Amino acid sequence: MSRPSILQKIASSAAVATPAPVARQVRGLSDRAIAWLFVTPTILLLLAINIFPLIWTIQLSFTNYKANRAARGEKFIGLRNYERVLGDADIWISLQTTAHFLIWTMLLQVLLGFGLAWLLNKQFKGHSFWTTLILLPMMLSPAVVGNFWRFLYQPQIGLFNYIIAFFTGADPSSFQMLGDVNLAPWSIVIVDTWMWTPYIMLICLAGLRSIPDYIYEAAEVDRASKWRQFWSITVPMVLPFLMLAVLFRAIENFKMFDLVVELTNGGPGSVTELASINLKREAFEKWRTGYSSAFAIILFVTVFGVANIYVKALNAVKQR
Amino acid sequence: MKKGWIKSMLQTAAGAALALTVMAAPSQKAQAQSLTLCWAAWDPANALVEMSKDFTAQSGIEMNFEFVPWPNYADRMLNELNSGGKLCDLLIGDSQWIGGSAENGHYVKLNSFFDKEGISMNDFLPATVYAYSTWPKGSPNYWALPAMGDANGWVYRKDWFSRPALRSEFKSKYGRDLEPPKTWTEMKDIAEFFQGRDVDGKRVYGAAIFTERGSEGITMGATGALYSWGFKYQNPNKPYDMEGFVNSPDAVAALEFYKEFYKCCTPPGYTDSYMEEGLDAFKSGQVAMMMNWFAFFPGLHKDPVVGGDKIGFFVNPGQKVEASTLGGQGISVVSYSEKKDQALEYIKWFASPEVQKKWWSLGGYSCHKSVLLDPGFANTQPFAADFLKAMDGVQDFWQEPAYAELLLAMQKRVHDFVVADQGTAQEALDKLIEDWTETFEDEGKL
Repeated sequence: MSRPSILQKIASSAAVATPAPVARQVRGLSDRAIAWLFVTPTILLLLAINIFPLIWTIQLSFTNYKANRAARGEKFIGLRNYERVLGDADIWISLQTTAHFLIWTMLLQVLLGFGLAWLLNKQFKGHSFWTTLILLPMMLSPAVVGNFWRFLYQPQIGLFNYIIAFFTGADPSSFQMLGDVNLAPWSIVIVDTWMWTPYIMLICLAGLRSIPDYIYEAAEVDRASKWRQFWSITVPMVLPFLMLAVLFRAIENFKMFDLVVELTNGGPGSVTELASINLKREAFEKWRTGYSSAFAIILFVTVFGVANIYVKALNAVKQR
Repeated sequence: MKKGWIKSMLQTAAGAALALTVMAAPSQKAQAQSLTLCWAAWDPANALVEMSKDFTAQSGIEMNFEFVPWPNYADRMLNELNSGGKLCDLLIGDSQWIGGSAENGHYVKLNSFFDKEGISMNDFLPATVYAYSTWPKGSPNYWALPAMGDANGWVYRKDWFSRPALRSEFKSKYGRDLEPPKTWTEMKDIAEFFQGRDVDGKRVYGAAIFTERGSEGITMGATGALYSWGFKYQNPNKPYDMEGFVNSPDAVAALEFYKEFYKCCTPPGYTDSYMEEGLDAFKSGQVAMMMNWFAFFPGLHKDPVVGGDKIGFFVNPGQKVEASTLGGQGISVVSYSEKKDQALEYIKWFASPEVQKKWWSLGGYSCHKSVLLDPGFANTQPFAADFLKAMDGVQDFWQEPAYAELLLAMQKRVHDFVVADQGTAQEALDKLIEDWTETFEDEGKL
């Protein structure tokens, strides 16, 4: 007979230490009751911090409530807030701005992230060093990145302007990345791409490494070209990973707030005012609580609906 | 053995409780004898800290301070008030907050206290009483004591203006002397003259003006031009009737001018700048002129690099009328404070003429007539006379309870036009009327 392990010793001493009546009580609970015992705190927490605020927000969206004027009370106004939100040209402009930001950041991050992952998947000298270096931006706080890039974009002393000037011969202070109406939307795309491409790369790298070598070996035996291997093996097998990464990033970028606030605060004018920034202004600067609740519900339903359709597509891809 | 263990535990707990009670007693006493005053983090706040030591010496009440940087000041303090927070016993709140704070019960009404203590609003400059203390506007209902008079003014590089070569070049180009401007048109000429010029081997620019989008910056800057063109928020005979006033031809011309000024004569990248950015630009020798609040002028005058004789000050130039944008704040007792009596004691102390004189001497802007109407006042500081002149023609933004909504609408419309080149000045002001009308309809005022 082998000697008892340390874990077994601890388990047996714990069992002895448990007072008999308590042990009997626990033993007397059904599996279902024990399951509820464990799940109940989580459910209560979810109800308190997710479900209750959601229901309250829905209720507020049908009122003219203003959180800074609580004493004034609230009046039921039916669908008026929803009508106003959907008829507000500024809201549609902020949604267009969000769509521009979302589409371009996703496109660039997928292309660059996949490309980098593909390169890093090759074994070469210093490969670990480069992987770590590339991952650094996504480990930084968005507020830090925003501030840092604001200095880089500064027209008089910013490194970014000097680099562009070096290659183009233009005067560094002749263009303003954050202050120009045409360049500002691109400046936030560049920073988000710089920060989050490593995330897409990391997930793609995991996908690439999960492809068994024997599939490529079989393709070699069948004399498939590298190009054919890429399109017929690599892309289809990495696609579920890539789609998942895009889903996570798209949801995050739809809610993007901190990075853009630090960079442009929605300006110049309102050309980089994303939906989330607009929502924050309505809710916590103008204090139009009822109106902003309706806007939040519309955004929530949009993200929820689109994400559901996307997840169905993702499942279809995985099952192929 | 078990009983002995319980006994010793009880003894230890009792001992600890006794020790904690003994230690806590003086700190509770100290807490009862302390007040927290909330304000923005800027030069005058430091002067107030210094001056409040006299109050502590006199009353035995310790003063604590909660100073918040300007860009976050309104958000932070209005959240505090809206949530019924007890952080601040005394609050030096912006003039525009008074309507909301009075109607929502955030501030203690001070009339009976003033009557009881013999504090007369007649002792303070009427413009400051109107702006910082009363709600409804102009009524004898006082919610604050005028604490810090302020207006938007200008500072310029006197040393550059006095260089013979520059003066002669300016005169030959514009046919007049290079002197502080009397109108916005003159000011634009001067700014254009300096824009992109090399001074002491360094490229300099015309002026630093307010263009900030997030809080109140561009509104405070653009109204400096709008008021000078005679802008009115509403029909003087019909409240909340804005058509033809907010978007009058003069208002459109003023807004167009502000945009031209921004485009021609500000440093590169000056798209989201307010007080601090202006100070940075001016102190680093980048600009010939800077728009900013008088509150910063004592600090600038003392600045070792650009202060002293190197700089001069002038009041906001007129165009059709002499007018300046109002800044400044009144001091109020927060109704959620548990130390209202002590807070009122502070206000009583602050209202005394001696304290007001010291307040001015330390760099605060007193609103007390005994200070401002003193025959020697204009010579006390190089900007004192301009301050008095500015306070004579100050105009303030809406002070309605819905002021935040009104302000943000103007921030958006003006920034969209001036900085982001969206639409025309006429469209910006027309849309502004639509926004404000919607707000006043929600408020039940239209």
